Amino acid sequence: MVTITQSALDAVADIPDGATVLIGGFGPAGQPVELIEALVETGTRDLTVVNNNAGNGDVGLAALIGAGRVRKVICSFPRQHDSHQFDAKYRAGEIELELVPQGNLAERIRAAGAGIGAFFTPTGYGTPLAEGKEVREIDGRHYVLELPIRADYALVKAHRADGVGNLTYRKTARNFGPIMAAAATTTIVQVHEVVPTGAMDPEVVVTPGIYVDRVVVVPTAATPRPEEDQ
Amino acid sequence: MSSLKTPSTFIEGPTRLGKAELAALVAADIPDGAFVNLGIGQPTLVSNYLAPDSGVTLHTENGMLGMGPEAHGDDVDPDLINAGKIPVTELPGASYFHHADSFAMMRGGHLDICVLGAYQVSARGDLANWHTGEPGAIPAVGGAMDLAIGAKDTFVMMTLQTREGQSKLVEACTYPLTGVGCVSRIYTDVAVFLIDRDGDHGGGGDGSVVVRETHGVTFEELEGLVPVPLRRP
Repeated sequence: MVTITQSALDAVADIPDGATVLIGGFGPAGQPVELIEALVETGTRDLTVVNNNAGNGDVGLAALIGAGRVRKVICSFPRQHDSHQFDAKYRAGEIELELVPQGNLAERIRAAGAGIGAFFTPTGYGTPLAEGKEVREIDGRHYVLELPIRADYALVKAHRADGVGNLTYRKTARNFGPIMAAAATTTIVQVHEVVPTGAMDPEVVVTPGIYVDRVVVVPTAATPRPEEDQ
Repeated sequence: MSSLKTPSTFIEGPTRLGKAELAALVAADIPDGAFVNLGIGQPTLVSNYLAPDSGVTLHTENGMLGMGPEAHGDDVDPDLINAGKIPVTELPGASYFHHADSFAMMRGGHLDICVLGAYQVSARGDLANWHTGEPGAIPAVGGAMDLAIGAKDTFVMMTLQTREGQSKLVEACTYPLTGVGCVSRIYTDVAVFLIDRDGDHGGGGDGSVVVRETHGVTFEELEGLVPVPLRRP
């Protein structure tokens, strides 16, 4: 049963210290900035955050990292021209980094939501990011064993929800949203608008409401300006 | 497995290629109708030289096929960006999908070509392009490892030499690897190299690299610049 609220603060209030949180977005696109900033406000600490990046500028994920709330980041591309909040914590030894090739990151999240115990992938074979991992040769090709990334919470930004939590997204802001929504015990989604149940064409639903627990309406959800690098 | 043909003639051009000329050269080698990923940075220049009627479809790792040119002015939409996080446009026939699908598309061998930059490429096609391994450097890999091993053909675009004059085409990579035996072609300012991954360029796996063309150097001069055995096609 999905709960619909106007308060980002209420929606994230029960996230405890030490939680693992999947945070959607590829850089600024699809980043649930208002939910993250509510998390900054609640003061929750020692978080393990899973995101493609490690924050841009000083808003959203960057603000959470800057406030010292994140113990560990699992991501594929932390280093960006505007990742100064993460860079400072990393260089000071105050934040742990698990670097994961982007497709492995996505598939590990997908696997968690799909009940897969582990999978063999060719990505990363023979590289430092596969060191210490089980390797198997299948039909003459080498594969590396990767484990799912499960989480206590997912914070996702979608475009539109209906009354039962079905979601649609906008363009490339979809990115990690659908797979993260499925991989967390509790999924919290911020949307631009909620439409009445029945008003969303079932053929266009991207994330079925079964994966969604809380919807927060952020009508003017600000998106940080895109920056000109990765 | 490369579906691209090996040319039988060797070309010697008079001058080194600039970035734009190199991008045009790569574009000319992309078959009509191909599905292509241009990574980030310099390889994205290739899109400027694809003929509008070529039917080439661009994939961007963050979840789109049918990516159009960079967006300007009123066309900028923060929800529509490329892998380099630059605002782009959508072309008729475009589609959006989530990240696991986007990378399944790569890993599953559905993309014909990806074009990437490199720190080093070895004679057998090993690629190093994500980390220098220097102390204090913050590592970042993004989609490079998935792209390098996923596309049917991985093209590298780079200058042949470092600023210090060292060859980036090497016998064995000294930087941390991105992928093993994944590069099929290297486009540089002075030469185009074909890697003989499966003996498909007739090298019989002797570790030599085929030089399709040189620019501003002779074949013999090129042999003096790189530490691996070279052959003409």
